[in-house]
Amino acid sequence: MQKSPQTGNQGRAKFIVGGLLILAAVIYLIVSATQANAEYFMTVNELRSKGNSLVGRSLRISGAVVGTTIQYDPRTMNLTFDIAHVPGDNAAIEMGGGLAAVLHAAVTDPTRMRLTIVYNGPKPDLLRDEAQAIVTGHLGEDGIFHADELLLKCPTKYQEAIPSQVVSGN
Amino acid sequence: MLAQFGFGVFVLTFLLALFSVGGAVLGYFSKSDRWVETARRAMLLTFPLITLAVLTLTYLLVTGHYELQYVYSVTSNDMPFYLKITALWGGQAGSLVLWSWLMSAFASAVTLRKWERDRELLPWVIVVTSITLAFFLSLSILYENPFARWWQTAAGEFVPHMFAPAGAIPVSPADGQGLNPLLRHPGMIIHPPMLYLGFVAFVIPFAFAIAALVTNRSDDRWIRLTRRWTLVAWLFLSLGLVLGMRWAYDVLGWGGYWGWDPVEISALMPWLTGTAFLHSVMIQEKRGMFKQWNMLLIILTYALVIFGTFLTRSGVLSSVHAFAQSAIGPMFFAFIGITFIISVALLIYRWRDLRAEVEMTSLFSREALFLLNNLLFMGVLIVCFWGVIFPLISELVTGQKVTVGPPFYQRANAPLFGALMALMGIAPLSAWGKSTFQTLGRALWKPSIPSAIVPVVLAILGVRNWIALVGFTLVAFVVFVTMFEFWRGARVRQKRNNENFLVALWQLAGRNRRRYGGYLIHLSMVVMAIGILGMELYQTTTQKTLAVGENIQIAGYTLRYDSLAQFPYTDGRIVTRAVVSVFRGGKYLGELYPRYDYYPNGQPMTIAGVRSTLADDLYVVLVNWENVSVAQAPFKVYHNPLVNWLWIGSLMFVLGFLVAAWPEREEEEREGKI
Repeated sequence: MQKSPQTGNQGRAKFIVGGLLILAAVIYLIVSATQANAEYFMTVNELRSKGNSLVGRSLRISGAVVGTTIQYDPRTMNLTFDIAHVPGDNAAIEMGGGLAAVLHAAVTDPTRMRLTIVYNGPKPDLLRDEAQAIVTGHLGEDGIFHADELLLKCPTKYQEAIPSQVVSGN
Repeated sequence: MLAQFGFGVFVLTFLLALFSVGGAVLGYFSKSDRWVETARRAMLLTFPLITLAVLTLTYLLVTGHYELQYVYSVTSNDMPFYLKITALWGGQAGSLVLWSWLMSAFASAVTLRKWERDRELLPWVIVVTSITLAFFLSLSILYENPFARWWQTAAGEFVPHMFAPAGAIPVSPADGQGLNPLLRHPGMIIHPPMLYLGFVAFVIPFAFAIAALVTNRSDDRWIRLTRRWTLVAWLFLSLGLVLGMRWAYDVLGWGGYWGWDPVEISALMPWLTGTAFLHSVMIQEKRGMFKQWNMLLIILTYALVIFGTFLTRSGVLSSVHAFAQSAIGPMFFAFIGITFIISVALLIYRWRDLRAEVEMTSLFSREALFLLNNLLFMGVLIVCFWGVIFPLISELVTGQKVTVGPPFYQRANAPLFGALMALMGIAPLSAWGKSTFQTLGRALWKPSIPSAIVPVVLAILGVRNWIALVGFTLVAFVVFVTMFEFWRGARVRQKRNNENFLVALWQLAGRNRRRYGGYLIHLSMVVMAIGILGMELYQTTTQKTLAVGENIQIAGYTLRYDSLAQFPYTDGRIVTRAVVSVFRGGKYLGELYPRYDYYPNGQPMTIAGVRSTLADDLYVVLVNWENVSVAQAPFKVYHNPLVNWLWIGSLMFVLGFLVAAWPEREEEEREGKI
């Protein structure tokens, strides 16, 4: 490696300082953006147990749609419905006999924790009784969840592909 | 019968790939040219073999052999011929086959051409490409077999399997499920192969890099040999990304083109390291610096290419793209981990041999600015990587699932992208080696003056958003610097050769394609930035349920709901189409036809009605809802300012690429002499 008198340690130091400054800037950007935009993924029970301490925070809640509570006004596009608690982790869902069974149990059990969702926008066709809803938004002071985004899954629609019209033999 | 044949060909090709790895290693260590030649021939043979398997699969797809699970899942009787062919990459198993096919094609191209010239590096190029090929073939054979057929077990269940499970009888469905309608779009037909072309082509420079490490060639030979591969890989990856954006804009009906979805990010990440690599190899060629860094970049790119293929195809992350759950995850992780560790270990072993030939002296030299460019690309990469793995980390550490959405990426990346734009303006004016703040400042002040007028004019026009002011000023700065560079170069030629200015401009770009092609690509990037700034900062949206005759207003436009029609289309889908009239200031501008289609399998697809101009797009969605009627139809309208510049920029990008990559006569001659 060549080393002229002007370069050497002093020459290298300014590049190291410059590199560290950029690194610090990137870390700052990541940390501040993460803090400002983190979305907490929760079940209805977890949300309820925290009370109103999460008001205003960005949240993502999953639950089972209670069909009888769906109200929709097509003129104003105001949509409200309740979701019932379903366990968050996959192992618990498997133990409960699969997603469809867990969703059914959640909706038919009147003692389950529920959460009222308010959304403004067109009613999705998949919003039906016992569908799984994942709502993104924030909790209001009144305990009602204001959703900006609805994601719906109907377990029956997403079952493994099985040939529908089968001709036996080959 | 044909399916078994195709599967057999796959197994044979897999064995052949392994054989060529063994042959090349043996040939290298025993210094036996015969073994290396044998390995090369085995490698070359994989291409016709996989082609045969691909043709077999295509035939099975086109002729509707629905007893095969893959054919069943991606084709159906009502699909047109061309879609049955493109169904080859419509699902996971098929896209892995496409990967293998491209890999063997590229490896063959390398070992066919100029074999004598690269004799020293080629055993290891064969090793790397054949191992990659063998890995993808093993996935097709063991986990994602496109030739597996349907069986009905004794218990009555339907299972896909290559060979008959005990007591099972074969079943043959009369029709298939058909390709997901969302994928029946021209953008989607060419988007995946483009992306894959880019992914796979990056394996070639990686293979040469590893070959250079193993054989301890510390010069820039591997870079010059693969310069065109790198450029082509980068072009296809870029096109793949842009086509994906266009597809999202046209088909997904949410008014945008990029959602910071994990799968999009996984395709962006190798593009980031690849772009950094493309820049920093120039420093190694010109100054003999950044050797270790270039190695690291190409190793990272390779790992991210495999990771990207895995993320798009494994279903580990929930997104619109991941339409399949699969068992191939652990295989991918093992492969990425092993290849990454071996590559990095090799790099560390050769670390001292790859030291720079000259030391960097000035913070304002061109090489320092290239280094800064690289660091900024790495910064964007770290932001993206963090966003993807953050949910996993936070769940591991705190037990709480936390995700970050698009605002995270926008906020963290915007300053980095802004700095990259500023660099695009500054770097062309800097000098190699010793460059001081004063010399750089002298070059910068002229183009800075017209750029400074831009924010003043925008502010007078009422723009108050400071991000927009900074962004558009940077765009103007890059445009002025680049035009200034073209003008200055052409003037010098004009005076010296007494040429017409336009002739001088043409000759200038022709004589130094790489440089001026690069400038054109920079211009295309800032033109794309105009569209991105317009969308990110000024997109507005509104929604309303309308009865026929009623209006909805957005951004000075008035839209009137005129009529609704529902009719079947030839391929069985039911089309629901609304007619909407667009007015501005009382003046009639035309009609739009937002619609949604229902496919026979119940899949809906929303197609927006779009009025597109250079100034803005009016993007009207008829919301798919079961009670849509003449009396009530819900509409969602987006006003997307400047978005067309994004697509114009991508066309300019291709033009700039052609200028940069077009073979130069002198260069070919020079390469021939090496």
